[in-house]
Amino acid sequence: MWQEIVDAAPLFLRGLGVTVMYTVLGAVAALVISFVFGLMAISPVTVIRGVSRTIVEFFRGTSLVVQLFWIFFALPFLGIRLEPLAAATVALGLNFGAYGSEVVRGAIVAVPKAQWEATVALSLNPVKRMRRVILPQAIPEMIPPFGNLLVQILKGSSLLFLLGITELTFEVQELRRDIGSLPAFAIALVIYFIVAQVFLGVMRLWERRAATKVGRGRITVEPAAAVVHAPGGGAGAGGPQ
Amino acid sequence: MSWDWEFTQEIFPEILAAFFKFTLLLTFASAAVAIVLGLMLALGRRSQVKAISWPSYSVVEFVRSTPIPVQLFLVYFGLPEAGVRLSALTSAVIVFGIHYAAYMSEVYRAGIEAIPKGQWEASTALSLSPTRTWQAVVLPQVVRRVLPSMGNQIIALFKETPFAIVIGVQEMVTVARQNGAQQFQYLEPFTIAGLIFLVASYPTSVLMRKLEIRLGHA
Repeated sequence: MWQEIVDAAPLFLRGLGVTVMYTVLGAVAALVISFVFGLMAISPVTVIRGVSRTIVEFFRGTSLVVQLFWIFFALPFLGIRLEPLAAATVALGLNFGAYGSEVVRGAIVAVPKAQWEATVALSLNPVKRMRRVILPQAIPEMIPPFGNLLVQILKGSSLLFLLGITELTFEVQELRRDIGSLPAFAIALVIYFIVAQVFLGVMRLWERRAATKVGRGRITVEPAAAVVHAPGGGAGAGGPQ
Repeated sequence: MSWDWEFTQEIFPEILAAFFKFTLLLTFASAAVAIVLGLMLALGRRSQVKAISWPSYSVVEFVRSTPIPVQLFLVYFGLPEAGVRLSALTSAVIVFGIHYAAYMSEVYRAGIEAIPKGQWEASTALSLSPTRTWQAVVLPQVVRRVLPSMGNQIIALFKETPFAIVIGVQEMVTVARQNGAQQFQYLEPFTIAGLIFLVASYPTSVLMRKLEIRLGHA
């Protein structure tokens, strides 16, 4: 059996490559959609908030499998024919983007009110306010839930064989005959687990970097006094002290 | 291509029947497994004994980060090679049950950790046994706290039941696809299936949000 597993390695790897590609494509689409609907959800215009709310609830309320099938099999009957690649990206993007928009909205709303007031006092325009003040503080809060969503997208990508996409779950089914179902699917689960851990590791690194940028690095662990007394340390340069 | 009402009338009862017969059955049976097993995993993870806490932790982490379709394949196609033969529906209940038990255990964990320290100290002061402490003091408060998150997990489980299509469980989306394939008309069956999901899950999630606000931790 071991020889067969070694022989099967290239197929596993090929499937893994496709899985990672679709996961990344889906994640990028989901990220864009998260921000679009997340920002729309905090708009002062009621209609824009309503549109965002409706679309988000729609995609959260129906199942990923239904959305995938609807976009791939039903949409052509309305005259829109998407390739498997496009259908998969759109379905993963819309489904997980709907969940992600709540993450974006929540993190932005959680930025202290004083920060918003300060941007008004400094008469920053709305774009600058978001880009320079609000988002840099909101993003570190978004990264851990985005990490969980990334793993969800990875897991969701295992449905794509239903559209004939040759990702890992597809290849593993081809291998069943050669190495047996039990080892084939067990190996596949281990591969998915490892990929998920790598994704989470990358997200943790990113979170640390984003947090450090706004002065919320690992400093919290050390006593605050040590930071204040350190010569030239801290972000308070130019302050009254 | 326009909407075919005649076809809709023909397939709607079948799809709805599959929803009541299999989708709901799968949801509730798996939720029951998840609620019980999830608590066991959560308590196991808190255990002082490494031989209990480490396996509980590993199961939760592994199950959560691997896809349900592959887990379904492993149980339905893989286990027979080890002499365990299960029906598609049983396999699905086991897989969804264990998968969501992993999520539930995190829900319980958050609920247990949120119990104020004073409650534990009071139990010690009253010299309640550990069993009594859990039964009479901690768990009743945990259940109250975790109810909304638990509901949300069950809604998520409900929406993932169509994953069972990969092993041919006759749940709603599987039946919708079969109906579509017969006539090569997919617009109606998948739209119906989607709407049924929306009609069932949206009011439930609104209810959960209300419950969350009422229990005072939105």
